[in-house]
Amino acid sequence: MSIPRHWRLQNQRYSMVGEVCNACGAKLFPPRDVCPECSKPAYEPYRFSGNGKVYSYSTVYQAPSGYEAFVPYTVALVKLDEGPLVSAQLTDVDGEEVEIGMPVEMVTRKLREEGEDGLIVYGYKFRRLLREEAA
Amino acid sequence: MRDVSIIGIGQTEVAEHWDRSLRHLAGDAVLAAMQNAGVETADALYVGNMLSGLLTGQEHLGALIADFVGLRGIEAVKVEAACGSGAAALRLGYAAVAGGLHDVVIVAGVEKMTDTVNAETTTGLVMAADADYESIHGLTFVSINALLMRRYMHEYGVGHADFAPFSVNAHRNAVGNPYAMFRRPITVEQFGRARMISDPINLLDSSGIGDGAAAVVLVPASMAKEYTNGRAVRILASSMATDAVAVHDRPDPLWLSAVEASAFKAYQQAGVGPRDIDLFELHDAFTIMSALSLEASGFAERGRGVWLAEAGEITREGRIPICTMGGLKARGHPVGATGIYQIVEVVQQLRGKAGVNQIGNARLGMAQNIGGSGATVITHILEAEA
Repeated sequence: MSIPRHWRLQNQRYSMVGEVCNACGAKLFPPRDVCPECSKPAYEPYRFSGNGKVYSYSTVYQAPSGYEAFVPYTVALVKLDEGPLVSAQLTDVDGEEVEIGMPVEMVTRKLREEGEDGLIVYGYKFRRLLREEAA
Repeated sequence: MRDVSIIGIGQTEVAEHWDRSLRHLAGDAVLAAMQNAGVETADALYVGNMLSGLLTGQEHLGALIADFVGLRGIEAVKVEAACGSGAAALRLGYAAVAGGLHDVVIVAGVEKMTDTVNAETTTGLVMAADADYESIHGLTFVSINALLMRRYMHEYGVGHADFAPFSVNAHRNAVGNPYAMFRRPITVEQFGRARMISDPINLLDSSGIGDGAAAVVLVPASMAKEYTNGRAVRILASSMATDAVAVHDRPDPLWLSAVEASAFKAYQQAGVGPRDIDLFELHDAFTIMSALSLEASGFAERGRGVWLAEAGEITREGRIPICTMGGLKARGHPVGATGIYQIVEVVQQLRGKAGVNQIGNARLGMAQNIGGSGATVITHILEAEA
């Protein structure tokens, strides 16, 4: 499948680089060039910490093509500490141990293998926060 | 702007039509609608469809189907808005007639979903979501709805069983609909035991995937009296609204803002409110969508959609009957055709031709078709003509 399609998102997939709106300060992930909060241009890159909390989660038993080998796997909406929600898989955790509000951190993992060429797509997943920062 | 009426309807059974191709299904529905309307030709054809390219290798449905039904030469085009494709096509057909571009317009919805295996169909359905930021992470369309349902249960303190009345009602109503895919009742116990798809969503939370086609014929209301086959039904309101495609891009995922915008624009256009609606064909792709749609459309307070169902208010005898012919859950959900099935069913109710499923004194009916998990929402309000 299309290599450029994944290559051009490398900063998002590997480093969680979004944008910050210079007009209102909103932090945006994914990057989108126009701030949804104030409709002003938002081009300034902003790297997210990758830390957040589980907002919701679900364990998938019926997967689309390319993901069958991972079943069952757990997907989540993660509320990043900086504000945005992000969709991703949870990793290194049993679906039954997950709960809403659980602190998580971003890690880089294999997302899928594309087609017969075996192009491996890497990107962010989230695991349970290993060390709770002393608050 | 001219008033617009629906003068004819047609539909195929929603089923696994091994013996019928996409063009045959669409043809069956279009020809049935033309016969029901008493028209022999049309000025334009709009075809709602989502997945023909991926699942059957066929795009370009406008010209294909126009030619197939004997209307070679007319204006014809496919309209795509994920699961909202059907009603999006109707919206364009409505605009063409209301705006005076055309007098006789056919709007069809068609989907062929059972030629492929599960994983391919699942791949197709998730194309309604954000490919770069949802699907690549292994999110399925079901799991996106499951994320909403889990959060709903968490925030409002409801259990999975509290969603049972939606599916029980849909299946009960499908029994009396000869075009429905699952014409059998289910129990609360069966609902609780069904196979898990993406927890908390199980098989009986989910609408049925099937093949099907439906069609309607539109004319200016002033011309409707020239056609005598069946009572005409007036389109009192037609509205579309959008939201972010990805759920993570919405500030408040449990509030379907495009449902609210679309429904309330429609109420305003029709000069009515939720209390005036006699039946509501909503987009019950999953039980959670029924609850969220009832809330954002003004039929229940936030977090109270499930309780409206628990109280029996969504049944044919209740205050706001929904899914009166089985809904997406039990009539079946041939995605790009669903929006037109909803319209066909509202017309059946308003004509008094819904058989054993007839709602008493049905005068105003609302249909709401949703693309994705709330990103495109099209609402129509129809009125029985005297």
